[in-house]
Amino acid sequence: MNFKFSKRKDITKTMNLIRYQAPNSTPWPALDRWSNLRDELNSFFDMPFWSGVGRTGQLFTGWSPALDLYESGDHFVAVVEVPGMRKEDIDISLHDGTLTVSGERKRESNNGETAQRTERYVGTFRRSISLPTRVDASKVSATYQDGILKVTLAKADEAKPKQIQVN
Amino acid sequence: MNTLTRETRESDRSQAEQFITPPASVTEIGDGYRLEIEMPGVKKDGLEISVENNELTIIGRRSLPTVEGTLIHRESRSENFRRAFEIDPSIDADKISAKIDQGLVTLTLPKAEHVKPRKITVS
Repeated sequence: MNFKFSKRKDITKTMNLIRYQAPNSTPWPALDRWSNLRDELNSFFDMPFWSGVGRTGQLFTGWSPALDLYESGDHFVAVVEVPGMRKEDIDISLHDGTLTVSGERKRESNNGETAQRTERYVGTFRRSISLPTRVDASKVSATYQDGILKVTLAKADEAKPKQIQVN
Repeated sequence: MNTLTRETRESDRSQAEQFITPPASVTEIGDGYRLEIEMPGVKKDGLEISVENNELTIIGRRSLPTVEGTLIHRESRSENFRRAFEIDPSIDADKISAKIDQGLVTLTLPKAEHVKPRKITVS
């Protein structure tokens, strides 16, 4: 796995809207697709207008893996479903408070093989999420097991809950 | 249709348990088929594969990682996976093999010996 990090600018971004989906989400896959599209649109509109140029091609990507985000006092954990990947084909980057997981699933085709039905997505994918608070770019770790990528990000010191003593 | 791609959906409705239908790909290889099904979060122990009346059923029960903290954004679904296919009579059901690696189930379905092309020697 590769990690790429960039320093976050000094300006604290306004709190990003994290859309919450009820745990008993709809059984209709079409709606899942809509919610993915909505996420893509949300993250697109989150960006400063001109930096969106060149990114439009990603608006309608074929595969937007499901992502869950957990928050505890001092950590965020992002859980992403990316089955059937090789570790080395997964890229994780953190830029301006946005976590991006991307990668490529290569087509494994050999001569003399004929695809009868292809539902599995082949090609590159990219999935981003804006984290609600600042994180420490030097404290990010990831594991990949059973097709599930788990990225653990430590909150930056100023974002951790603090107990204030009354004198 | 001379392949195993005909899917059986009828049985899905009679099941009490709710399952997710995971994406699957079928490839015809030299003397059989390769079936790949995406089941993230499923380990070898959680996999149930059965053949009954020419119906191949693959059930994947997930053992999801426990994560500390509060879930603040969710897109994943917690139901288990199930996919069923009607297999072609040319497939030798006794020789179906399966493996799971990083949430990807790969089944190899070889054709029965009697349907493989063979040369007949003229005596």
